[in-house]
Amino acid sequence: MNFRNVIFILGWVLNMEAVLMVPSMVTGLIYQERAVTALLWSALLCLAIGIPMSRIRRKNTHFRIREGFVAVALCWIAISVMGGLPFLFSGTFTNPVDALFETMSGFTTTGASVLTDVEVVPRCIIFWRSFTHWIGGMGVLVFLLSLFRMTGGSHINLMKAESPGPSVGRLLPTIQSTAKVLYIIYFGMTVLMVVLLLLGRMPLFDALTISFGTAGTGGFGIKNDSLGSYTVYQQVVVTVFMLLFGVNFNVYFFMLARKWKNAFRCEELWWYLGIVAVSILTIGWNIRGMFDNLGQAMQQSAFQVASIITTTGYATTDFNLWPETSRSMLVLLMFVGACAGSTGGGMKVSRLVILLKTVKKELSQFLHPGRVAKIRMDGKVVEHETIRSINVFMVAYLLIFSLSVLALSFDGTDMITNFTAVAATFNNIGPGLEQAGPATNFAMFSNVSKLVMTFDMLAGRLEIFPVLLLFVRDTWRKF
Amino acid sequence: MKIIIIGCGKVGVALAEGLSGEQYDVVLVDTCAEKLQQVTEDLDAMPVVGNGSSIATLSEAGVEDADLLIAVTGSDELNLLCCLIARKQGNCQTVARVRNPVYNKEISFIKESLGISMIINPELAAAMEIARLLRFPSAINIDTFAKGRVELLRFRQMPEFHMDGLTISELQSRIKSQILITGVERGEEAFIPNGDFRLKDGDSLFIIASPQNAGAFFREIGVKNDRVKNCMIVGGGTIAYYLALQLLNMHIRVTIIDKSRERCEMLAETLPGATIICGDGTDKKLLLDEGLEQTEAFVSLTNMDEENILVTLYAKERSKAKLVTKVNRLSFDNLITKLDLGSVIYPKDITADYILRYARAMQNTIGSNVETLYHILDNKAEALEFLIRENSEVVNVPLKDLSLKDNLLVGCINRDGRIMIPWGNDSLQVGDTVIVVTTQKGLRDIRDILKR
Repeated sequence: MNFRNVIFILGWVLNMEAVLMVPSMVTGLIYQERAVTALLWSALLCLAIGIPMSRIRRKNTHFRIREGFVAVALCWIAISVMGGLPFLFSGTFTNPVDALFETMSGFTTTGASVLTDVEVVPRCIIFWRSFTHWIGGMGVLVFLLSLFRMTGGSHINLMKAESPGPSVGRLLPTIQSTAKVLYIIYFGMTVLMVVLLLLGRMPLFDALTISFGTAGTGGFGIKNDSLGSYTVYQQVVVTVFMLLFGVNFNVYFFMLARKWKNAFRCEELWWYLGIVAVSILTIGWNIRGMFDNLGQAMQQSAFQVASIITTTGYATTDFNLWPETSRSMLVLLMFVGACAGSTGGGMKVSRLVILLKTVKKELSQFLHPGRVAKIRMDGKVVEHETIRSINVFMVAYLLIFSLSVLALSFDGTDMITNFTAVAATFNNIGPGLEQAGPATNFAMFSNVSKLVMTFDMLAGRLEIFPVLLLFVRDTWRKF
Repeated sequence: MKIIIIGCGKVGVALAEGLSGEQYDVVLVDTCAEKLQQVTEDLDAMPVVGNGSSIATLSEAGVEDADLLIAVTGSDELNLLCCLIARKQGNCQTVARVRNPVYNKEISFIKESLGISMIINPELAAAMEIARLLRFPSAINIDTFAKGRVELLRFRQMPEFHMDGLTISELQSRIKSQILITGVERGEEAFIPNGDFRLKDGDSLFIIASPQNAGAFFREIGVKNDRVKNCMIVGGGTIAYYLALQLLNMHIRVTIIDKSRERCEMLAETLPGATIICGDGTDKKLLLDEGLEQTEAFVSLTNMDEENILVTLYAKERSKAKLVTKVNRLSFDNLITKLDLGSVIYPKDITADYILRYARAMQNTIGSNVETLYHILDNKAEALEFLIRENSEVVNVPLKDLSLKDNLLVGCINRDGRIMIPWGNDSLQVGDTVIVVTTQKGLRDIRDILKR
């Protein structure tokens, strides 16, 4: 382990976090809130720790896979710890565990909250809370990589550890340009969404915070009823953009490059849209009795489906009260997740598709024992290594999931609450069902449970392996 | 006409044999003096020792006044280079053999930009031949004329056709479809039959017909002649790859069995629709497990001729499949025919035939009017396609009034794309293409069909 490299990156990430707090401070100054000082002190503290770390002298700038993964995992822990300070300093939370849970929920774009009343919190703190979604959506290190041209090493490992999905490719020859392009698309779409919301007569503050939550597929609402009180137009805009941010960003890249064939050959996209369409229609039909007309039911169904499958976690209605079929479908959608290479979480459509194809392949292997077959995505052969890592991912996923459900059960809450709370945090969604449903929050869990779910959020966002690597003794060996 | 052949391998020798037999001046170039000596002992061809891509060697072979250069060495790149240099050095047409599938998609680009007249891919040619057979399973062999509008089909007469003992004219009056029986092979003998010829079961018949008429004919004599729906291929070489590609395009299910794991992986990657089995194609149990008894076509394409033959014989015993066997080297044609292996494919001959046909077509522009030429009836007869360019003594005279050579048959007339089987009252006209079947070799012009 090359510790100096890791410390160097950590330092830069903390410096960056201090800078990223500036927009929230500006908000505080505009609304003339006293909580600005909380942000200011937090930023200064970040710099005080970050600057010495980033000036460390490095003997060897080469990033190996281990440094990449460990650096990413530690960075996320560090920014979550430091990012929780404004909540504590401003008095929003008194319990440090709550502050950590809330920030981790923000950066990992989960959107599960332990705030019992959002509407009394200072606006600059709310802004910071939503802004963490936006930063976390595309990735902290991807942002760092897009700013600096890192020399002398395989920094793709940093990006690999942070980007969701089974395989990460470079769109452009250098990592910096790839990261930049991703952020430009991300930024452009966010701006477009803000403009569309403003056209729908939404206040600027709401438009910004809701767009941050949508872009990062986060889901922190700024009202106690999430998005329930907004107009149909505004809800539809959010629905569409949630779905758009759940699409593999490579598709947008190809569209920008006018390689339409490449863009539409993306098999995952079609599966994703297919799953979304089937779910919306089924749930819409299932809940039609609860609304005035079918159109309204479909609109509500569409919003909730988009919110859950992209792992955003906004809600316009309390879907905890919906019929069992709809509730079950939504829980299943939690596990599906968005496309690889998007800002969404969950298991990812492409992983599931590949797993389905391995099942099909295995079945045909029973019929033809000697058969040699390949699994294809987008017409290209999927490497054996990728399939193996997906299988292992699946096992690790189930393991962590079941242990987390077990850990939560000590609180004495019911099974559905525990199960969906873990599903909602591990898949970075936000609301679950029953006591963890959209109309309630996570405040009633014990500290231990909150820490377990904090771990789940991080593990879910970084796709398990970088986090698990921290627990392997060999990782820390110095050589 | 002077022809230089570079590369003295199987195809090179087959070409030299064919061309020198047809009175072309052949020069053989190879790096191995010993091999050249051995070949030219029984051949009327000039040997030149050296590397075909060297200007000195090509000059020695006389590239300056050659009309055609054929590069058939073992290496694709060397073949292309030979052609390139020959184009610069002399003023001849060039033919190159390029077999690497990587170049396959870029063939027309290579051809055009390097100025090569013809590029032949032996494996692709063989695969196309097999695919054609599987489209028409009752035929043993199919050759095409007039850009595919006329076919020369060979099939074996079976007892269930009820044709035993019939004369040709009796048969012609019994069937409605327009076909012409142009040749009969019985054992070692070959005939160009006239109306009184009596057919016997076990004969190999050659018929000329348009594809539709051929289909109708087979239905009339009671052959089920559906295109096959699935196909089992033993041996996953390059021919198997090309064949599977074509069959998959025709929506035929393909199973390929190959021993080599690596090869199977490669095939599985490049042939998404096919079932690739890694196993020994001579393993009876494996073949049965994979549905040998239900398969409608069975193609053996391993590198071992003996293995191919044995596997095909086993498939013949256990299934009703259309059989195709690849034979690379074995030169026991008679024995193989007696084994009744269905269709036998000789990739070497296919390549040589393609190139020979090109050489003859070139000759056209110089002296003769032969468009296409096939050797049939075990090389004892030829089927030739002539284009009638100008008025002559054979034009506008009813066929019955022409005194044709013995053992010669005017099989088919293609008039503006209309295919007709000619009768005595029909006559040839300028612009027609005519297919003539004959045991008389060396026909160079349509006028040669007359007795002299």
